[in-house]
Amino acid sequence: MDRLIYTTMTGAKQVMEQQATVSHNMANAATTGFRAQLDSFRAVPVEGKGLATRTQVVDETTGADYSQGAIAQTGRSLDMAIDGSGWIAVQGTDGKEAYTRSGSLKINQNGLLQTQAGELVLGDSGPLSIPYNSSLMIGKDGTISQETPGVIPVTMEVVGQIKLVNPPADTLKRGDDGLFRSKDGSPAVKDPAVNAQGGALEASNVNVVEAMVRMIGLGRQFEMNMTLLKNVESNATKASQIMNIS
Amino acid sequence: MIRSLLIAKTGLDAMQTQLDVITNNLANVNTNGFKRSRAVFEDLLYQNVRQPGGQSSQQTQLPSGLQLGTGVKAVAAERLFIQGNLQRTGNDKDVAIQGIGFFQVLMPDGTLSYTRDGEFQVDNQGYLVTSSGYQVQPAIPIPADAQSLTIGRDGTVSYTRPGVTAPETAGPIELASFINPAGLEAKGENLFVETSASGAPIIGQPTTNGLGSLSQQYVETSNVNVVEEMTNMIQAQRSYEMNSKAVTTSDQMLQTLSQL
Repeated sequence: MDRLIYTTMTGAKQVMEQQATVSHNMANAATTGFRAQLDSFRAVPVEGKGLATRTQVVDETTGADYSQGAIAQTGRSLDMAIDGSGWIAVQGTDGKEAYTRSGSLKINQNGLLQTQAGELVLGDSGPLSIPYNSSLMIGKDGTISQETPGVIPVTMEVVGQIKLVNPPADTLKRGDDGLFRSKDGSPAVKDPAVNAQGGALEASNVNVVEAMVRMIGLGRQFEMNMTLLKNVESNATKASQIMNIS
Repeated sequence: MIRSLLIAKTGLDAMQTQLDVITNNLANVNTNGFKRSRAVFEDLLYQNVRQPGGQSSQQTQLPSGLQLGTGVKAVAAERLFIQGNLQRTGNDKDVAIQGIGFFQVLMPDGTLSYTRDGEFQVDNQGYLVTSSGYQVQPAIPIPADAQSLTIGRDGTVSYTRPGVTAPETAGPIELASFINPAGLEAKGENLFVETSASGAPIIGQPTTNGLGSLSQQYVETSNVNVVEEMTNMIQAQRSYEMNSKAVTTSDQMLQTLSQL
């Protein structure tokens, strides 16, 4: 039987996988600090006897889109956005350092700074402890300051600094929990050049127009594969009619 | 069967939650002491269909793998304790907090709740109560013949009585603050209760420890920003539309498949 049916089948299957990525990006179009997933098809020629006619396809996630998302002002003192490249260092559930762009922070019941998902935000030496009764401000380099309580005239004191890093994009990979980690597991060094902005959040960097267009394109590609499958079927029918002894 | 169908469903769910939170904020745009919420989203876990760095042959490795996301979930409707505007009412029993504190009120079951809504009244026993009738703690008795009631910045309550020259005092009103106010549980009626996430209340007199000062004859209006909510609503609606488009596309793919 013609191997075309298998080539078409892999095509349709991989289109479905890529449709999953597009849907995932679109579902996260409103997730703070989300980095869009990038993927591409890769040709895998089938080698063997005979003519090299068959090339199957494999879907691959090549990484994440690290471009900047829109920054929206929120006015909440514990919100921060990173302008340009850079990451906020947090402690992942495995205890190792991980990176996120989602800067909606809060103080937990023990006074430690954490993300909305509950990971502890790291400072120069481990998790940051922030006093409760304060008018907090996050500065350009991640410095957290507050008004010293009960002191007139009003003075600001530094209570900690969030570790902001900027490792090269090709050394990072996304973990199963959506946090980014360095590929070799070693923590990145603090980068004073990372530009943070307090009282603002970075929106998802998913380009919805592109996602919609890709979704339509993939839908049509799937249909074409289906048409090919139909052609294969009619070819097979015709072939078996020729073979009929009647 | 088809991942994108289920992933788009999580997107629809999340946008529905977003809209629920927005409409609750908009409905409470005139509720005094109301603190708006914000839906917080997070990407769901990723499935490693093929691990990057796997061996493609003895000598070669796969340069990249296939990591499929599984959608989005709403992790929190986070309450934003940003100061609301102070509005002058002229009513002696209206008090607004400028700062991070909460009024303490006694519930009928003996527990304490916390509120930012300072539209107080006096009950038939002469005690200061909230508009739902719950007593403000510590109890502030105000006699029936009290005149020119004054509530100071530091919570001291004073009044004069006919025929008595020296003013008498009651109170003071005390405030409570929390290490993580976003961890408080909202109970409706503008009330919050303590949870393990919020931490224990830290009680003190107004103007101390950054608790904030009181302003008599003012109420704190809701901190809902209508423009922001409307913008978010438009965004949520469009995002919902796009996710439903993904459902349609996935459905059409399945349809062409089943019509083979």
